Amino acid sequence: MIPTEHYLALSFILFTIGVIGVLTRRNVIIILMSIELILNAVNINLVAFSRHLGGVDGQIFAIFIITDAAAEAAVGLGIIIAFFRNRATVLADEMDLLKW
Amino acid sequence: MTLNLVFFYFFSALAVVSAILMITRRNVVHSAIFLVTALLATAGIYLQLRAELLFAVQIILYVGGIMVLFLFVIMLVNLDVAVRQAAFSRQTWLAILLAAAMTGQVALAVWTGRASVTLPPVQAGALDPNTEIVGLALFRNHMLPFEIASILLLVAMIGAVVMSKKKI
Repeated sequence: MIPTEHYLALSFILFTIGVIGVLTRRNVIIILMSIELILNAVNINLVAFSRHLGGVDGQIFAIFIITDAAAEAAVGLGIIIAFFRNRATVLADEMDLLKW
Repeated sequence: MTLNLVFFYFFSALAVVSAILMITRRNVVHSAIFLVTALLATAGIYLQLRAELLFAVQIILYVGGIMVLFLFVIMLVNLDVAVRQAAFSRQTWLAILLAAAMTGQVALAVWTGRASVTLPPVQAGALDPNTEIVGLALFRNHMLPFEIASILLLVAMIGAVVMSKKKI
């Protein structure tokens, strides 16, 4: 039996990689994909604790987070398509309409 | 027991390596493919954790649904221009510094609080017919959140359609 701490360490490593991806990349699509990676890391955490405590609630939560990720991806990609149609760019630092 | 360890470390290494490759590749399609690998490795971790329903859901929904949506959008927006531009923003080193600070903070919190939390011993085999147990819990105890999630998906679907219409 692998200790639960190892799953938590894996989850934290994936979370940190996702955070670095969100903060460093310029392409908005890759930023969205990094957010998916972060949500995935959280799911590993939940499922590991669900196994550890013998309760099913962690897996239920993970299913709801996957639902959320699907909704977020659909809306986010719709926003990207709308923005690309108006400004012809997918780079995050060129999206400065609200900057002064 | 040894097979368990081998599976866990294989899938962990696969997930971490493909996640690092995902955020460093210049081409967006390569990033998407490496994200697919990372998600499949996570599905392997779920299977190793004996969460068979989540394993299937992860593969069908994430890899089969969301990633196909991502690839479609990558094809729709102009790829050739983006490949030739700089992939990383100017704040890269600051971002890595911040991530290191976050790692240090979590390590400090774990180190100072390790004596105050005692977890119960692992309950082996408590969730054995996994799909039945998850399904019963989902449709008995969590019926209202389940329905709210379906409304959320409907709202997201309408939002995506409205957002990508040419003229509203």
